[in-house]
Amino acid sequence: MAEEANTSTKKRKRAKTIKYIDYTLLLMIICLLGFGLVMLYSTSAYNATLKMNDSAYYLKKQAGAACLGFILMYICIKMDYHIFMKFAGIGYIVAAVLCLAVNFVGTSSHGSSRWLYIGPVSFQPSELAKIAVILYIAAVISKRPKAMRQLKYNIRLFASILPIFLVVAYNNLSTAIIIAGIAFIMIFVSSPKYAPFVLMVIGLALVAALFVLGAKGSYRMERIQIWLNPEDYDSGYQTLQGLYAIGSGGLFGKGLGESIQKLGFVPEAQNDMIFSIICEELGLFGAICVILMYILLLWRFLLIATKAKDMFGSYLVIGIMAHIALQVILNIAVVTNTIPNTGITLPFISYGGTSIMILIAEMGVALSVSKDMQVDV
Amino acid sequence: MERLRIYTYRKTKMIGYLFILALLFLCFRVGYLMIFRASHYAPRAVEVEQRERDIKAARGRIIDRNGTILASNKTVCTISVIHSQIEDEDAVIDCLSKELESDRGEIAKKVTKVSSIEKIKSNVSKEVGDRIRSYELAGVKVDDDYKRYYPYDSLQSKVLGFTGGDNQGIIGLESRYDSYLQGQDGKILTFTDAKGIEIKELGEVRMEPEAGDDLYVSLDYNICEYATQLAYQTMLNHQASAVEMIVMNPQNGEIYAMVNVPEFSLSDPFTLPQEYESLSEEEKSEKRNEMWRNTCISDTYEPGSTFKIITTAAALEADVVSLDEQFHCNGSITVEDTRIRCHKTTGHGSEDFTHAIMNSCNPVFIQLGLRLGAERFFDYFEQFQMLGKTGVDLPGEAGTIMHKLENVGPVELATISFGQSFQLTPIQMATTVSSLINGGTRITPHIAVETRNRMGEKVHTFSYEDQGRTVSEETSETLRYLLYQVVAEGTGKNGQVEGYSVGGKTATSQMLPRGSGKYIASFIGFAPAEDPQVLAIVIIHEPQGIYYGGTIAAPVVSQLFENILPYLGIEQQK
Repeated sequence: MAEEANTSTKKRKRAKTIKYIDYTLLLMIICLLGFGLVMLYSTSAYNATLKMNDSAYYLKKQAGAACLGFILMYICIKMDYHIFMKFAGIGYIVAAVLCLAVNFVGTSSHGSSRWLYIGPVSFQPSELAKIAVILYIAAVISKRPKAMRQLKYNIRLFASILPIFLVVAYNNLSTAIIIAGIAFIMIFVSSPKYAPFVLMVIGLALVAALFVLGAKGSYRMERIQIWLNPEDYDSGYQTLQGLYAIGSGGLFGKGLGESIQKLGFVPEAQNDMIFSIICEELGLFGAICVILMYILLLWRFLLIATKAKDMFGSYLVIGIMAHIALQVILNIAVVTNTIPNTGITLPFISYGGTSIMILIAEMGVALSVSKDMQVDV
Repeated sequence: MERLRIYTYRKTKMIGYLFILALLFLCFRVGYLMIFRASHYAPRAVEVEQRERDIKAARGRIIDRNGTILASNKTVCTISVIHSQIEDEDAVIDCLSKELESDRGEIAKKVTKVSSIEKIKSNVSKEVGDRIRSYELAGVKVDDDYKRYYPYDSLQSKVLGFTGGDNQGIIGLESRYDSYLQGQDGKILTFTDAKGIEIKELGEVRMEPEAGDDLYVSLDYNICEYATQLAYQTMLNHQASAVEMIVMNPQNGEIYAMVNVPEFSLSDPFTLPQEYESLSEEEKSEKRNEMWRNTCISDTYEPGSTFKIITTAAALEADVVSLDEQFHCNGSITVEDTRIRCHKTTGHGSEDFTHAIMNSCNPVFIQLGLRLGAERFFDYFEQFQMLGKTGVDLPGEAGTIMHKLENVGPVELATISFGQSFQLTPIQMATTVSSLINGGTRITPHIAVETRNRMGEKVHTFSYEDQGRTVSEETSETLRYLLYQVVAEGTGKNGQVEGYSVGGKTATSQMLPRGSGKYIASFIGFAPAEDPQVLAIVIIHEPQGIYYGGTIAAPVVSQLFENILPYLGIEQQK
């Protein structure tokens, strides 16, 4: 639908409609990304030199992916986001097929095949799955908002993401959980009910507890044991080294680039455990600054979601907010050993080309929504 | 376009706030970890990140009274390879096998072994170490180390002692003064990455080693050297099993030399003579302890006639004899049905006391002993402080083995009087005689004088206090006169030194069991007789052929004095 017509017809009813994107959000994204690249270089230089003989190897790849991301972001901002509504279903199917394909023709790393190679470019379809699910659910809800008042439809919608959940979960449970979490939160806000959702959370927690406790001595149980006593287990090494890094940071840290734990002690420090290196180098001060940045980002998303012009935009941003929030919370919780170890990256900072590209594109979607934000309702 | 439902609006805010709350909670979690748990994790982090290398402290030297270094350190190198850092394996193997003159296969085995660090060879000389360094091969490490070094190898071996692998003193002075000599090892703390490779940019924390203090001793290298030569010569001439010699200052107890031949090599203290090759490890260990044993202080012997000095001192002090009292010796004396013979079976005939000691006449001394009585005699032993240990500053001193007073009957008393039926150590004998002839002051024999740091500043002075009076000045003077007479005209004639007045006493004692044909010949002498500055005791174990102390031991002291008296700056008198 034409934007021009839209605004002109409702001009009188609304006090003011911003024609510009949310520059505050854009600025925050750029700051976070810049900071992320600096930290990534600091953290990965040692590993990069060791493995690739080029200290900036990871930085270059990440920066390249970020550039691609910015191109996508620009397209998203310029484009009317309602186009996504039409392609949401197809997008969902394509993402699901790609995620399925990766299980057969993917390239493995660390025991799970998660990458698809298209020529020289590798691609992680599970990252695409997250945004596809956000688009899909936002589209479904905004098409039939009234139906969401019925629990039956809630469940039906939730069930409809089960295929993609399963194909992703096959080799990347953490991402699958994030996908389920995003879907759950989006469906939760679309429904007027509380009780069924609360019951579902409690039920899931109980099932999870039984799942773990019912398997004494198994891999899952061991993970819990490692979580509780990382010092007693060999496989608690990564967690423990992360804690060592955090513990040795102090108030203001050792200074940028001065981390020692990144020198092979924290394995693959540029990935999931990058927050521990931030703690070590920048101290408590730096760590809290980083968390505050994410809080500001979430606040910005919240603002856009609640002030968006229409329901589809709102749900898109709610989904994006849920995505970022879940990853940040779970990542920091893992690094600080608040919850057992799962492989979730820290958005904008952790190394991951597909992830950074899609994240920036996702931000483009949020910025696109912000374009039509209503400042006062 | 439909807008958000009011409940959706509320729920969205709720979710947003929950997220923010969760993040705030994580802020606290991070804060808790970084502030309250830091003291738990940070030291552990440092532990895994740091590598610690010890830098050995140089052990203090042992320096004699003239500044001659008796024990020092030399730099040696330890060669090791770090497998992960080796770039050219063949070059490393070539270099090491050539420079270390070792079997190529052996070296190759160690170089190619996948280990964090592999020691190739230790105790490599500095020159070889430097040559290997000059190759600048990656992965080859040359570490400097100190090795104890004794310039005169076996000289005073049993007194100096040696050190073990951890730089700790094992016997002798090295063991006794270990805490002074050892010093404080230094440390190099370096940060490493997870592979153990040092991170140069972070630098290193160096805790400099503190060298041990030098030990200055009363030993005199020249006297030691000469006394050792004499002892070896004597051992050879008389095919003796061992010769002991102590040269000391009777006035203050400083020991100039303490010789125990055969000595052993300090640079190779664990190697036994060839003939013990076939023994079991246990027996070898026993033989080693035997080889290292400082018999001057650890072994006791029957003093024989030299003990008459002590009997005389007691008798003079108790005033039971005078110098011109007449005695008659007919070759033996009967004590409680036991006939004890004089060494001169035909008897010395009529003689005054002065001549009795000059002749070393047993019956006369038996009479002195009987006159004193066991109780009084033992009281004098106590007074002379010869029943315990001398307190010499060397480990392993043995005490005197003496009869219990209540078991001493007339026969025992008689035998004690001329130095039989009990045992004491050579150092006890030398110290007791010193304490009797030096004017009557009990001294503590000692070797250590002071410690100094590397700058030569005094750190610690060892003080040895006099242990009280033994005899009166007059008794001491009389004793000196009598012993001078022994050397001048009596049994100790062979102890004379041209131009000097020497006092002394000979002894020949049969080793137990009696009749085995084994003897101990000894002589204890001092000079100048009027004002003793140096005292020497020579003990020859199991000499073959002639075994009389006056014939074989006295000349040794005479030769020693001939050389060391002028050396010590004692002027000729006659």
